[in-house]
Amino acid sequence: MQNGRRPVVAYPQKRPLIVQSSRPPILETPFDVFDSGELTPNDAFYVRWHEAGIPTSVDAASYRLNVHGLVQKPLSLTLAQLQSEFEPVEIVAVNQCSGNSRGLFDPRVPGGEWANGGMGNARWKGARLKDILAKSGIAAGAKQISYHGLDHAVLPATPSFRKALDIDFAADNPDIIVAYEMNGSALPLLNGFPARLVVPGWFATYWVKMLADIEVIDHVDDNFWMATAYRIPDTPNNSVTPVQTGYKTLPISRMRVRSFITSVANGEFVSGLAPADPHYPLRVSAHIRGIAFDGGSGIRTVEFSSDGGKTWSPANLAPDLGKYSFRRWTASWTTRAGSGTHTLACRATANSGDAQTTFTVWNPGGYLKNNIETYQVSV
Amino acid sequence: MRAAIFTGTLCLALLGAASLPRHVSIELPPSSVSFKDGPNVSLVQANCLVCHNADYVYNQANMTRAQWTAEVNKMRGAYKANIADDDVPKIVDYLMSQRGKT
Repeated sequence: MQNGRRPVVAYPQKRPLIVQSSRPPILETPFDVFDSGELTPNDAFYVRWHEAGIPTSVDAASYRLNVHGLVQKPLSLTLAQLQSEFEPVEIVAVNQCSGNSRGLFDPRVPGGEWANGGMGNARWKGARLKDILAKSGIAAGAKQISYHGLDHAVLPATPSFRKALDIDFAADNPDIIVAYEMNGSALPLLNGFPARLVVPGWFATYWVKMLADIEVIDHVDDNFWMATAYRIPDTPNNSVTPVQTGYKTLPISRMRVRSFITSVANGEFVSGLAPADPHYPLRVSAHIRGIAFDGGSGIRTVEFSSDGGKTWSPANLAPDLGKYSFRRWTASWTTRAGSGTHTLACRATANSGDAQTTFTVWNPGGYLKNNIETYQVSV
Repeated sequence: MRAAIFTGTLCLALLGAASLPRHVSIELPPSSVSFKDGPNVSLVQANCLVCHNADYVYNQANMTRAQWTAEVNKMRGAYKANIADDDVPKIVDYLMSQRGKT
């Protein structure tokens, strides 16, 4: 990838990850991690902070989640209350940065220059946001929740990171949780210890880390991070040309269907080739593995191609961990030993009917890339 | 590359249903990347390092003068960096010398 040298460094509670920015920390998961299973280990999970003022010391005892604004009863919840006063629920969900794969845009766009490792999948445990909001009691006239974490900008004038969700979505959707566990452990500090919002199916910009404050407001939040940043063109396929101007935009929200091969990387030799047929010694086969996910409808099919997308055959789907999770898939590929370079590809179709195509999105934010991935591999 | 020191005190005290650490402290590792010598490098250090390190700049694609000017103006306009009007083209000169595309 033509985006500069990217050293790998082990940050606290993390294995060595690709450093895009050391301050604020932006760390990418090396892609081979996704071949190890559906769940991304906490120490390999990518990291993305917006502002350098992140607390490096968090005391769970003094932590509070405040709920206020247009509510009948303001709340100031301790971590212990979050754990004990609300029914704990678990959900497996993909957390993907809005700008995942931005570094693969052509022409290139500025920002966090991710390859495809700005994502991860975890089993989150926490309290339902709707239960917390019900305990507080939404007052008449509520339009959105506007919420932020413990982090802050370096300069007082810089807009501090905060996000908003429509009140109907926040107060009705049973899958949105305030998570205090990730894969059975506390969240790593860099992933939001002691608690973060989990908005399954939606891009990670809404999954605010170290969630500290929820304000119920009577208007559409017009802060910088909603009104200016993280917006996509309101155009067909949310795509524009690099010279296009004057189009409307809207806040990014739900993720698009994607699939990847995880067992071999672009440009690599395929490993683990085995004889496929005793009568034809040159015929060899390999198990190709990968993952697929979408914005919350679940994966219906994954197809695999070994001829650059001219022909497709169905892949085998592994057991389902839930509609918001990575879905693992495998395909058996038979070829001739020493036959050189082949173009592998995979494409997923979601239960919603949305399917990956060869269309490649382009917008100046570097958002929503989800075209069919191809891999030049050798045998 | 210097390894980070994890200074977390993971006291496994019971907090309600599950045992979560009471207190976590970390120390972020220093960056090994700094702005290389170039035109107006001290101005770049004084302005840009307030909010982010040099590696974020070097990890960007090469960009045109118009694109880098837009980036510097975004830092001023959207993120309220205290960059004087006269310093914008000087900072862009430096960025062009490091990650410029003609």
